[in-house]
Amino acid sequence: MTRNSNLLDRAADAAAVAAKYCDEVDAQSRFPTEAMQALKDARLMGIMIPRDLGGEAASLRDIAEVCALLGQNCASTAMVYAMHQIKVSSVVSHGADHPWHRAFMACIASQQLLLGSSTTEGGGIGGDLGNSICAIERDGDEFTLRKDASVISYATQCDAILVTARRAPDAPGSDQVMATLLKSQYTLEKTAEWDTLGMRGTCSEGFIFEGRAPAEQIMPQPFAEIAARSMLAHAHLLWGALWYGIAANAVSRAQSYVRAEARKKPGQNPVGALRVAEAASMLQLMRSSLNAGLERFEKAQLANDDLNSMSFAIDMCNLKIGSSRLLNDIVQQAMMVCGINGYKNGTPYSLGRHMRDAMSAPLMINNDRIFGNTSNMLLVHRLDQRLAS
Amino acid sequence: MKTVIRKLIEQHGRLPVAMSTLADGQDLYAAGLTSFAAVQLMLGLEEAFDVEFPERMLNRKSFSSIDAIAACIAEIAPQKAVA
Repeated sequence: MTRNSNLLDRAADAAAVAAKYCDEVDAQSRFPTEAMQALKDARLMGIMIPRDLGGEAASLRDIAEVCALLGQNCASTAMVYAMHQIKVSSVVSHGADHPWHRAFMACIASQQLLLGSSTTEGGGIGGDLGNSICAIERDGDEFTLRKDASVISYATQCDAILVTARRAPDAPGSDQVMATLLKSQYTLEKTAEWDTLGMRGTCSEGFIFEGRAPAEQIMPQPFAEIAARSMLAHAHLLWGALWYGIAANAVSRAQSYVRAEARKKPGQNPVGALRVAEAASMLQLMRSSLNAGLERFEKAQLANDDLNSMSFAIDMCNLKIGSSRLLNDIVQQAMMVCGINGYKNGTPYSLGRHMRDAMSAPLMINNDRIFGNTSNMLLVHRLDQRLAS
Repeated sequence: MKTVIRKLIEQHGRLPVAMSTLADGQDLYAAGLTSFAAVQLMLGLEEAFDVEFPERMLNRKSFSSIDAIAACIAEIAPQKAVA
């Protein structure tokens, strides 16, 4: 607990910086430079890394708490931080026995590196991260890779990018690996802008990615293993945590609004009071399911095969679908409470940014794609009917 | 049993390579088995061997090779394994 509160104290400073610049980041659709620098200054980039490599071995629960806090203040900053930590989780989970990635972990911690991700690809692949067109081409001890990366978030800001590709030019699309390339090892040629409704600070532009690096920078495990064992849970739980932050802040604004109304007219309940109560109940659902998800992950970590199981994958997918939907319902509800003061920008009750940021949640890995996957798994998987599991 | 398994992989596995080129111990995922096709294959196996895979077998590893699939079936339906 002491470690957790220490992390939260450090994150609070960064969250204050994030809050200060969030409207500017949103309006200009620019990278949250100040908040990300504050996170580096607070030494929060490498906290998941083991202690012997210079990190703090922070748990996913701790990091989720940081994401939730950032989400209350600037969703773009929270999303960049979450995406970074999802990448770190792959290196931590799968690089422990791999010399190059061990050294890389030490660098992340000591230099507070920011990691980016390139899974999305053009040419019909889109967000289907289990498939690639581009392939690793071996050239002696090195490899080259050219990827039409239709989305790489904060690509020009990060220090390294973890890229998925087919194992070799003759490998099938689903036989993928993940390689880590350092900033000095790749070039980026911009192909698409990032001018969106929300999450405007993630700068998720499109690029042609071209890189060359030593072959030891390719992770030895198949990417499908990495996706199942570290990415799935970390992505859905950390996204869920920051979405919870957005929702919590929206409810807090609605509550403040109703409280101010109630003070003005003592003796009668303001119109929006009932909706605040309803939003609070939805927020509790969201919080409970995220906590249950974190608990599920902690349990699965102890039992090796569980992380690979269908039941775990379905739980994590359902968590993502549920929390992204709840977030939108909650923000909508808060908007009804605050009325024109929520609809207008620049009031203490403004919710436009929350709403626009929230709308990305069901789309980033489209909920319908996830339902497609879970519906397939549910053809063979039988749901646990017990209340407690 | 492995002949039946091979036939089912051919039917449901949607592999880009010919089954005859795959050894029993070879990684089916590396050969192009997707998670979608793996579920279709599981359904085909359940139908053909009249079994239901228990929860603990519903993971990537259980279906990673012809040998692995055969071991799962031998475990849940020993009498069918000799067929």
